[in-house]
Amino acid sequence: MVRLVNYVALIVVASSLAWLLAAVTLDPRANYAGRTPAPPAGVVDAALSEVNLNDKDPLFDRYLTWVSGVVRGDFGHTWDGASVGADLAERAGVTLRLVTSGLVVGALLGLTVGTLAAVGHRGWFDRLSGGAVFLLLAVPTIVLANVLIIGTVWFNDTTGTRFLMVSGEYTSGGPLDRLRHTVLPALTLALPLAAILSRYQRSAMLDVLDADYVRTARAKGLPRRKVIVNHALRTALIPTMTYLTFTFGALLVGATITETVFGWHGLGQRLISAIVTSDVNTVAGITAVAAVTLVLCAVVADVFQRVLNPGRAR
Amino acid sequence: MSTRLWGRFTARATAGPQPAASRFPGISAPVETRQEKRPRMFSATGIAGLALLSFLAALAVLGPILIPWTSSDRDFEAFLQPPSANHPFGTTASGGDILVLTLLGLRKSLIIGLVVAVAATALAALVGAFAGYFLGWVDRTLMWVTDLLLVIPAFLVVAVVSSGQEQWIALVVLLAAFMWMVTAKAVRGVTIVMRDREYVKAARFMGVPAHRIVLRHVIPNLASLLIADATVNVSAAILAETTLSYFGFGVVPPDVSLGSLIADGAPTALYAPWTFWWAAGLLIALIVAVNLVGDDLRDRFDPALRAPE
Repeated sequence: MVRLVNYVALIVVASSLAWLLAAVTLDPRANYAGRTPAPPAGVVDAALSEVNLNDKDPLFDRYLTWVSGVVRGDFGHTWDGASVGADLAERAGVTLRLVTSGLVVGALLGLTVGTLAAVGHRGWFDRLSGGAVFLLLAVPTIVLANVLIIGTVWFNDTTGTRFLMVSGEYTSGGPLDRLRHTVLPALTLALPLAAILSRYQRSAMLDVLDADYVRTARAKGLPRRKVIVNHALRTALIPTMTYLTFTFGALLVGATITETVFGWHGLGQRLISAIVTSDVNTVAGITAVAAVTLVLCAVVADVFQRVLNPGRAR
Repeated sequence: MSTRLWGRFTARATAGPQPAASRFPGISAPVETRQEKRPRMFSATGIAGLALLSFLAALAVLGPILIPWTSSDRDFEAFLQPPSANHPFGTTASGGDILVLTLLGLRKSLIIGLVVAVAATALAALVGAFAGYFLGWVDRTLMWVTDLLLVIPAFLVVAVVSSGQEQWIALVVLLAAFMWMVTAKAVRGVTIVMRDREYVKAARFMGVPAHRIVLRHVIPNLASLLIADATVNVSAAILAETTLSYFGFGVVPPDVSLGSLIADGAPTALYAPWTFWWAAGLLIALIVAVNLVGDDLRDRFDPALRAPE
């Protein structure tokens, strides 16, 4: 209960801070600055007041308006009058599709590589994957994404095929079309994730493989493969799953680079454009989504730990 | 929540400084141990990383001085030209010399990385040590702030605030403000163990004021952990800076950083590869070098984290 209150407090404070920060720093008036003929100041004021973005209104009044809206489930409007809630809901779907596909690929890859590296400890695969992971960790996402795009465009140009698409979420909308658009951004998310995850999984597996109960299981005659999968892997998954859950939460808003570079209209990309157009309400809304997701992830990670815990009564 | 998230770090924190004697529970009297040979400071990979890092640093410091071009020079006879004797790295679409731009970008990224890492680690040491030493409400308050900063999307705040800033020093302050939390939690964990050690107790019983104990006895004994973490933070800071600059929020013109160079070069990378690959390659080399040194320092100072042999 105390924990729940603490979580709620964190969400409220984080969103409020984001709103205040954005309201104080950003300048929605700049959206009207480049217009010819310049709109009269009174018209601009009225338009901004309409959507609760006018910096001439008292800050506290604007904050109260925003809070009372959020409490009723209304996240306010952008500077040109669109509803923030509807926009974010639509974008959350886009991001969810992207992050889920990237995470599934990355998790499977990372867990497999990490487990195999631990089982063949100090063997050729362990060394090879260790080197690959080290290099991969040194490649920033912006470079990785651009290299993938450049490589694909080059490949498409030389072979004359056009299988993988480098921009957008879909063109015609069929499942195959969506897949063609998803491969590259999903890889951009998956590769660094797999690199980190495989290290976690490797060291967790190495700890477990030395444990007494694994030796006991082997000693009572269980086949090696069965011991590794049923006994060792299950326990080793506990720390890895915790990491994975939090990564999922962080990526829902933090896939900014991938979304922007590949032109997916998700939450992370909206964050950048909202800062550029000074949409205070959108910025605060995205922060609220981020805070809620992180807290949910903490709860889910807790559940995973309970489920995977070998001490749990079955 | 966060204790779970950073379980790896707190595990290190509690496992690290345990006295060697606790591993031999049967032995209570002090036994004479042979003086262990002092391990070497760096391994072969660490030396390689250090060499690469020094080379890059020398390049970043000396390069722009020695090259006849400056960042604002435009060569109106060479737009988007491949590498030549006049421009060893080629030119940009507006005739800028890519060699000098890349080295200036490297310099800025390196400076920002170092300053941010030092500032963030210092802040982490203070917050973590005070929270861990005093516990009680000081601990609760400081850790609540830490959790809060972990929940706020750092990218958002840094991007919002720095989007109006011309000065890159503002970026340094902002990045440092969002990079200390994890280290602070690790420091807190170690400090909780440390506050019951004999020399801290001795200082306390002698009447040394608490803040002085923290500054003089606790933090200096964390030096190894802090140095290792600072190095890891360097590459994290460089990555954060380049990412922000890539989106135009970090280092803004006329300053250049590796991130802004990559952003400028990416669209033309296909038919003018020199606009992209020099900056991208140097950035990767920089991170590799820092990571090599960081991994080595961590292994050296922090046996608990060392990859199981």
